[in-house]
Amino acid sequence: MFETFSILTLQQYWWIIISVLGSLLVFMMFVQGGQTLIYTLGKTDTERSMIINTLGRKWEITFTTLVTFGGAFFASFPLFYSTSFGGAYWVWMAILFAFIIQAISYEYRSKANNFLGKRTYETFLFINGAVGTILIGTAVGTFFNGANFSVNMLNITKIYDSAISRWMTPAHGLEAVLNFHNVALGLSVFFLARVLGILFIVNSVDDENILARSRKQMWYNAIPFLVFFLYFVIHLLLKQGFAYNPETGEVFMEPYKYFHNLIQMPVVLVIFLAGVVLVLAGIARFVFCRSNQGIWLSGAGTFLAVLALFLIAGLNNTAFYPSLYNMQQSLTIENSSSSHYTLTAMSYVSLFVPVVITYIFFVWRAINNKPINKADLEDKDSHIY
Amino acid sequence: MTETFDYSLIDWSRAQFALTAMYHWMFVPLTLGLGFIVAIMESIYVKTGDPEWKRITKFWMTIFGINFAIGVATGIILEFEFGTNWSNYSWFVGDIFGAPLAIEGIMAFFLESTFIAVMFFGWNKVSKRFHLISTWLVAFGASLSALWILVANAWMQLPVGMKFNPDTARNEMVHFWDILFSPMAVSKFTHSIASSYLLAAIVVIGISSWFLLKKRHLVFAKRSIVVAAVFGLITSVFTIATGDYSAKVVARHQPMKFAAFEGLYVGQRGAPLIAIGIVSSSPDDPDNVNAKDFVFKLEIPNFLSYMAFQDVNAFIPGIKDLMEGNEEHGIMSAAEKIARGKLAIDALAEYKAAKEAGNETKLAEAQVILEENFRYFGYGYFVDDPSRLVPNVPLTFYSFHLMVALGMWFLVFFAIVLLLVYKNILSRSKFWLIIGIMNIPLAYLASQSGWVTAEMGRQPWVIQDLMPTMAAVSRLDANAVITTFILFAVIFTALLIAELSIMFKTIKSGPKQGGN
Ligand code: HDD
Ligand code: HEM
Ligand code: HEM
Repeated sequence: MFETFSILTLQQYWWIIISVLGSLLVFMMFVQGGQTLIYTLGKTDTERSMIINTLGRKWEITFTTLVTFGGAFFASFPLFYSTSFGGAYWVWMAILFAFIIQAISYEYRSKANNFLGKRTYETFLFINGAVGTILIGTAVGTFFNGANFSVNMLNITKIYDSAISRWMTPAHGLEAVLNFHNVALGLSVFFLARVLGILFIVNSVDDENILARSRKQMWYNAIPFLVFFLYFVIHLLLKQGFAYNPETGEVFMEPYKYFHNLIQMPVVLVIFLAGVVLVLAGIARFVFCRSNQGIWLSGAGTFLAVLALFLIAGLNNTAFYPSLYNMQQSLTIENSSSSHYTLTAMSYVSLFVPVVITYIFFVWRAINNKPINKADLEDKDSHIY
Repeated sequence: MTETFDYSLIDWSRAQFALTAMYHWMFVPLTLGLGFIVAIMESIYVKTGDPEWKRITKFWMTIFGINFAIGVATGIILEFEFGTNWSNYSWFVGDIFGAPLAIEGIMAFFLESTFIAVMFFGWNKVSKRFHLISTWLVAFGASLSALWILVANAWMQLPVGMKFNPDTARNEMVHFWDILFSPMAVSKFTHSIASSYLLAAIVVIGISSWFLLKKRHLVFAKRSIVVAAVFGLITSVFTIATGDYSAKVVARHQPMKFAAFEGLYVGQRGAPLIAIGIVSSSPDDPDNVNAKDFVFKLEIPNFLSYMAFQDVNAFIPGIKDLMEGNEEHGIMSAAEKIARGKLAIDALAEYKAAKEAGNETKLAEAQVILEENFRYFGYGYFVDDPSRLVPNVPLTFYSFHLMVALGMWFLVFFAIVLLLVYKNILSRSKFWLIIGIMNIPLAYLASQSGWVTAEMGRQPWVIQDLMPTMAAVSRLDANAVITTFILFAVIFTALLIAELSIMFKTIKSGPKQGGN
């Protein structure tokens, strides 16, 4: 079936898959958001343990989504992988460090003889939650604002200087924080993750004190989220964007490019608006209707809104990784993708994604069938972090 | 040009990759093997309903969890390091290499990480059967992730199923199944998993031996040993068989690595296998290089030729043959390969120039030269320094021999343990219990040696014959890589200490307390 598709169709299909994985990742970052609230919402050891245990049943999925997002990006758009990772070295390394320290923290935190002490592991979780979200958001911001790199395939023939992709600033990626638009996306992701974290915790922890604190915290996080997010979106819609001519591949600046993308792809516009409305609805249900089900609305909304942002970054003849050094060397889904054969093979593999989502859903339901409470922490037959 | 070229970036990038890979591999084999051992134990529990088996299962599951977490922490680094540190590589072969990495995420990692939640949190929430199935799925998921990454690694050792596209300056996949079922992929996968199962069996026996020595939890320890020893005996046979197959594949496709395995400088017919040897550092004697290169050796005549090609008289080329060429046996010299590689590289440049200029005849000419010489493409990077084509012989030699010797020893050991169990005298055999404990570090040593053999033996190639490390590396400042190297070394070492200290404490407190 996929063999018969044109290369462009496959490239678009894969950009959509990458976007879906990226959106799932941002939704799942409620784990990271929750990790930054352990001390804010939990004042006693037991309360903190409940929060950590409920997040701890999900962190693996977030982590694996990140890993798969990276793998899928590598397989479908390898030129992005080699250009961005090898160039923006420091940003990606910082993100990686933030995830190494997360992976062991849950399992080791409350174990006897854990060498670094409980507090250190909790700090690790906080760092992961803050650095992971802000930097990933900032890095994605460069999809819209560009980065300083050059790409030249001919370099491979230079014996002692054969790097195809080169980074043109000595800061190797850290310069992205100098652009406030990137940072605004990073901070939006950070506060959104905290909002989702709160909604997830009230949904899956059965404790009055935590609930009461969550209500207050929601205001402190939902408002900054809205401020940064609105700034990011308004600026995005008004700014000029990196468009390319599909016939010649020539890249040029187009005023209101991302706004045009939304108008020219009405489905994406609907997805985006639905997403924003659902995020707000989830928050409102929690704040005004005292419902603890807000995570589902806001979670679905996050997924949709982020999906729309990814789609306007790469589809409709838009360069998804613009080069500020030489606009013509910007990466587009057409000039950075794998071959037709590989995209076809990978497309068959992508049919597994629904299967994976289905079993995750069932296992999630089986494990989260009722909220965690103090008694669960004493349960001898269950695994406690 | 060579003088101005800075090799320290490459060396530090390699060191960083080796550091992170070796740390990852410290935890991976136990995950692979213990997954199955735990699943077997839980199956016995579900079948018999005996709560003692549940206790046994849960104890080893706790050990599994402690080890698993750090395996995950170290794994994510490797994946992203292909981009951060080997960015040129990521483009040159990304069309092929990226796919297994992505398939691994979609098919294997999610399976593992989803069902591991059931394994740990599901005891009271799902049925016994569902729990058991989840445990088996975790075990299969782990081996499935090994499959894909090893297919990728095998492809780097034996690039097949692809075609070079001069327009994009990269290799593109043309036969997925050739890549999946290449002999190298089969040998890598079967040998790596078999050896990992073996390692886990050694660990379970070792820890249980400690309980027997301390005269604690005797039933628990004996039952664990029986399961592990049977599992270990079977998998050690499998390890040796697949290791032997690995050697045959290497002999055919990576002759330089094979020569380094055996420290063979001058090729010969009916080559002997060196069972034990010490490589000499004295200057070689032109008359009898192979003999002089060893201070001491014990060899089995003709066995190497037989092992590699099932023919006692088969010719095994040595390092000298491969470097200087050997007309009698049709071996091309390194100089010739380098010249052809350079032709291919220059043809690629001409192809690009002709394309730019729209010169069709030149384009076609360049393409012909490129295609004729492409299989030597990577050699072109060695015009100034052919000596870099030889891997580190002593390191490859020792690590290979250490692994093989230990592989034979473990087989014997499992047999002895089973015999002692059968005669019901194991708990009194202090000597063998101590040996059992001491085997644990040896198993890790064997496993690490395996990768050192495979990876150091193939230097300087990242992609055999096509891309050397020097052309694969990202264009970074060496100091940046040194900084991250130090950071990784510090953080991984701290985590290792934490994991070991938790592990020891958990073992000390024994199955009951550790059983949740
Ligand atoms: C023979 C087996 C094997 C080999 C050679 C490797 N790994 Fe591995 N890896 C595993 C077997 C495994 C595993 C047993 O399946 C792990 C250990 C813990 C886990 O989650 O799965 C794992 C974990 C693991 C993870 C974390 C997965 C998660 O989120 O759960 C990543 C990203 C990688 N690996 C990536 C790599 C890369 C890029 C490698 C090559 C350099 C590599 N692994 C070598
Ligand atoms: C987990 C077990 C592994 C270990 C212990 C290991 C060990 C090593 C070592 C020691 C090196 C450095 C060699 C040198 O630079 O001299 C290396 C390099 C490398 N290995 Fe592995 N390796 C492992 C698995 C893999 C796998 C599965 C892959 C591929 C998926 C792989 C790909 C590479 C690459 C790309 C390099 C860098 C280039 C090079 O120096 O050759 N390795 N590995
Ligand atoms: C008689 C026993 C053994 C033989 C003949 C043998 C042979 C080999 C050979 C030839 C390779 C290199 C393959 C390559 O370079 O592509 C290899 C690799 C390896 N060996 Fe062994 N081996 C034996 C025992 C063991 C044992 C006991 C362990 C660990 C407990 C082990 C672990 C490994 C690992 C992890 C690798 C790297 C993965 C791979 O290349 O497949 N081996 N072995």
